[in-house]
Amino acid sequence: MALLEVKNLGISFGGLRAVDDFNIAIEKGQLYGLIGPNGAGKTTVFNLLTGVYRPTDGIIKLDGKNIIGKTPDEICQIGISRTFQNIRLFKKMSVLDNVKVALHHQIKYSLVGSMLHLPPYAKKEEEMDEKALEILQVFDLDAQTETLASNLPYGKQRKLEIARALATNPKLLLLDEPAAGMNPNETAELMETIRLIRNRFGVTILLIEHDMKLVAGICEYLTVLNFGTELATGEPEVVLNDSKVITAYLGE
Amino acid sequence: MNLVTSILEQLINGLRTGSIYALIALGYTMVYGIAKMINFAHGDIIMVGAYSLYVFVGMLELPVPLAIILTIVVCAILGMTIEKIAYKPLRKAPPLAVLITAIGMSYFLQSAALLIFKATPIPFGSVINVPSLRLGSITISGTTIVILAVTTVAMIVLTLFINKTKAGSAMRAVSEDKDAAELMGINVNGTISLTFAIGSGLAAVAGILYICQYPSLIPTLGALPGIKAFVAAVLGGIGSIPGAMLGGIILGIIESLSKAYISTKLADAIVFSVLVIVLLVKPSGLLGKKRTEKV
Amino acid sequence: MKKKKLKKSITNIILIIISYAAITILINSGILGRQMSSLIIPTGVNIILAVSLNLLTGFLGELTLGHAGFMSIGAYTGALITLNSGLPPAIALTLGIIAGGLVAAVFGLIIGVPVLRLRGDYLAIVTLGFGEIIKSVLTAVNFTGGAMGLSGIPKYTTYKNYTLVFIFIVLTILIISNMVHSRHGRAICSIRDNYIASEAVGIKISKYKIMAFVISAFFAGVAGVLYAHNVGILKPNNFDYNKSIEILVIVVLGGMGNIKGSVIAAIVLTLLPELLREADSYRMLFYAIVLIVMMLFNNSGLKERIMEQFKSKKQVTTEGGE
Repeated sequence: MALLEVKNLGISFGGLRAVDDFNIAIEKGQLYGLIGPNGAGKTTVFNLLTGVYRPTDGIIKLDGKNIIGKTPDEICQIGISRTFQNIRLFKKMSVLDNVKVALHHQIKYSLVGSMLHLPPYAKKEEEMDEKALEILQVFDLDAQTETLASNLPYGKQRKLEIARALATNPKLLLLDEPAAGMNPNETAELMETIRLIRNRFGVTILLIEHDMKLVAGICEYLTVLNFGTELATGEPEVVLNDSKVITAYLGE
Repeated sequence: MNLVTSILEQLINGLRTGSIYALIALGYTMVYGIAKMINFAHGDIIMVGAYSLYVFVGMLELPVPLAIILTIVVCAILGMTIEKIAYKPLRKAPPLAVLITAIGMSYFLQSAALLIFKATPIPFGSVINVPSLRLGSITISGTTIVILAVTTVAMIVLTLFINKTKAGSAMRAVSEDKDAAELMGINVNGTISLTFAIGSGLAAVAGILYICQYPSLIPTLGALPGIKAFVAAVLGGIGSIPGAMLGGIILGIIESLSKAYISTKLADAIVFSVLVIVLLVKPSGLLGKKRTEKV
Repeated sequence: MKKKKLKKSITNIILIIISYAAITILINSGILGRQMSSLIIPTGVNIILAVSLNLLTGFLGELTLGHAGFMSIGAYTGALITLNSGLPPAIALTLGIIAGGLVAAVFGLIIGVPVLRLRGDYLAIVTLGFGEIIKSVLTAVNFTGGAMGLSGIPKYTTYKNYTLVFIFIVLTILIISNMVHSRHGRAICSIRDNYIASEAVGIKISKYKIMAFVISAFFAGVAGVLYAHNVGILKPNNFDYNKSIEILVIVVLGGMGNIKGSVIAAIVLTLLPELLREADSYRMLFYAIVLIVMMLFNNSGLKERIMEQFKSKKQVTTEGGE
């Protein structure tokens, strides 16, 4: 059974059919890519998967269970996490705290414990600090734990967002244009990091990208989206050489 | 006096109060549409209008028509100045900051009036000298007639302006998409200034009409009508000009009927409850458009 | 990390002891005149009000303009209990404080639920509306004394009984400060910083918004009870929009999200008007200017440009010193 099963997914915004009859099946542990020209509806698909929008048609199943109708925070707890096209960090909070928010449901203590800093507080906070640092180390951010998120350089902000999403212990991680604005060196580093995440944490990854080098370099399977619907699906070498796909990107 | 007459009278009262709310609500809605902010100080411009009229007619003894024009000009300039000093620098700031600044501006106007004119209510005779009208068993006061007439004319002129003039189209464009409008060559700053000027001018008219109906000047006279007019704007759909007019009138009637048939003391609570209900049931109001945020 | 936290705790305990000692000395030695002594409790009340409002405005990031409403509900609840319960003073007052806080908290829930879907401007206006509704109802209803309000409330919290009020100030600051530095506090702050991302990492926004409202309202209610038993009279008009703004000014001046700032600003803004009694009519003007200037300074890029000036000057001096 596929980890993520999507069939006939569709949504209309007023008269505009933004996504139509979209299908995708992602196996556990896969590195899957979702590509397509600008405006094809890729981020809309992400929004549908994470409960930001409610689809008008279709089904979405994670591990065989339907997730349509669940709120974004519920979907996160069920096991889907994401990053955003325009980075959405907690700007006034430190790097460490950004990740600690993501650990909210995994390491807990009561409200009374929060108000009075009763014994579990100190121990659990330490646990959280350790766990957060562990994740930040993967992204080379462990030296800047107290830095305000908004003061990080762009590239590190993107990494922090991925680190934060990873901290929620997801089954499926959705990355929305993680390489946007990166130079070739940073992109190569990112490719390594993404592979590491999948290998070390066992996370299935679905990413949206425009950088074809990255897509061809790490994606094991691709779906091409155009005008809200699938254009092609398959392994990168096949899909990227498909004439329909090339036309979609370059125009007639 | 039978029930029908009584209800009709209350409806007329409601229409009158509602017209004033509509005039004020127009200012709120236009500014919200263009600058995406609630101008908390808008209500206090009504107060400035009222006091200005007093200064021009009561103190300087200028002829009434001239005084009215000057009052409108003063308020329009004040509105534009406030925008330039306090709101423009914060266009990129978080909405919370702008809101607090607007509150500060409102407070500033009230405290300035308090310092200049003191807290004691100043009685001020109405400048309207139109005779009342008798329709069967109902008497409509001259003031009411003028208020209804002025408001209707103002609404028609404004609608024509928005829909038929170049400046009006510019205003509509900026409220749809500020950046696109700028790229199209529209003078965004000028358009925003113009919006504030018109809104404040309407507030001035509302202030003049208000003071003719309730001839007593106090520094806080604009606060409550201002907030109620905001409720009206939300009721009608914030950002929608016909909405502001509709909302104003409906709210005026609700208030009037509440005061007459439920309780004067609870009338305010009822007006604010309308706000809560609208925002819970249909936040975009009667005629407004839904705003979706891009994720 | 552990050493840092221990050091912080000890510093805080010392601060508390010193403040208490200072106030005790000031009151008992007669250094403070009658006028100044009578300001101690109002200052304490304002501290509790400001810190509780800061939870909503500074940490949750939502401007609410009805804080005085929560205060009034607490005040009336507490006063009605002490006036009518027939219990001995200490018990009646304790009961009054707890009840006042709880009833206010219930109203925090009542108001918090409808505003869940709202943000920013709309939320501010609705809370303003609720504040006015509360005031309106208190004026109309009989058992709260209507427009005349309640009078003859026993003065259990004059400056002579400052210990009780001091305890509540410390409790308020402690609890809210602790909360802010906990997982619940981080959840609340994340909503302020980016509510879409907050949901995406699993935070149930409605739960934490309500939590903030309820806790904030509770402490405002407590402050109300302490206030009621200090002045002895309650009128609905004392708890209007202006009162809510006064508290907001304190929070803004002290810095949103800055608890220590709220404490200092509360002290300054309670004492200053009294010290400048003659300039009372300028007080409102001053508040207005504070709000406007603080916002412009913090948000228009002016602060950043001045910081840049300081940085470059610093560099020049260090280089010159070589």
